[in-house]
Amino acid sequence: MLVPLSHYLVVAGLLLVIGVFGIFMNRKNIIVIMMSIELVLLAANINFVAFSGALHDMVGQVFTMFVLTVAAAESAIGLAILVIYFRNRGSIEVEDVTTMRG
Amino acid sequence: MIANLAFYLFSLILLASAVMVVTARNPVHAVLFLILAFVNAAVLFLLAGAEFLAFILAIVYVGAVAVLFLFVVMMLDVDFAALKEGFQRYAPVGALVALVLFGELCLVVSGWTVLAGAPAARLYPTPDNISNTAALGSLIYTSYLPLFQLSGIVLLVAMIGAIVLTHRDRKRSLHQKLSVQHARKPEDTLVMVNAGLGAGAPLPAKEKESL
Repeated sequence: MLVPLSHYLVVAGLLLVIGVFGIFMNRKNIIVIMMSIELVLLAANINFVAFSGALHDMVGQVFTMFVLTVAAAESAIGLAILVIYFRNRGSIEVEDVTTMRG
Repeated sequence: MIANLAFYLFSLILLASAVMVVTARNPVHAVLFLILAFVNAAVLFLLAGAEFLAFILAIVYVGAVAVLFLFVVMMLDVDFAALKEGFQRYAPVGALVALVLFGELCLVVSGWTVLAGAPAARLYPTPDNISNTAALGSLIYTSYLPLFQLSGIVLLVAMIGAIVLTHRDRKRSLHQKLSVQHARKPEDTLVMVNAGLGAGAPLPAKEKESL
């Protein structure tokens, strides 16, 4: 690999931290929370691919593909839930979601 | 050298667009920056030698998932200004958590070495003579076939789930129910009334089932 592994690790770490920070910053807007989750998963994928390239092992890339699959399924289901929630309540504020509290 | 420069350039754009995703006031802009972040991450994958995954990221993620986000953001008529209210309130806590997390990650990265016997413990070393796509395909269709099919089932369940959740059966459509119509008998609907002179017919009872 042309670029040292540690540089990849730093970039992925920063990306993960930005994603976690985004989850805290946008406590009300669930769309941005889901985008932050995508960023965190992307950081994990960058780590997998970087280690796969540095250690010359293909399994990291295989695993990245499965992570991408699960992330795509997660965002599709999440957005579907968001759409029906908005249809029922007319708002997407996360702090309003107390109807199931009983 | 060129690879290093490209890595720094694209990772800088990646991190900047990630910051913009998190802090953008307009969610449409946030989705567009998310697309930019995915494209730059695809270039980083390319630099690490994972060509197939780079194109998967560009095609599937930018082409499908990010556009799905864009659809939802534009379709829902949300008052996004109201959603930004707690921004300043949560920022210190978020910054603290992010700082602690980054410190921990730095500790992990700084004290990390490759074990001496690690290269011998590789499961599937990257082959030199075939392309990345062929190597990946020869792996997922043999050793990882159950996982591959399982991920297909995950996608199928997600697709069916999303359709079932968002499908709305509109009651306004006036299509016929043939079984109901064929089962109708004259005595169900027809009433013979002996209307008196000048008295008129009594109003019929409300029909029980719709046509």
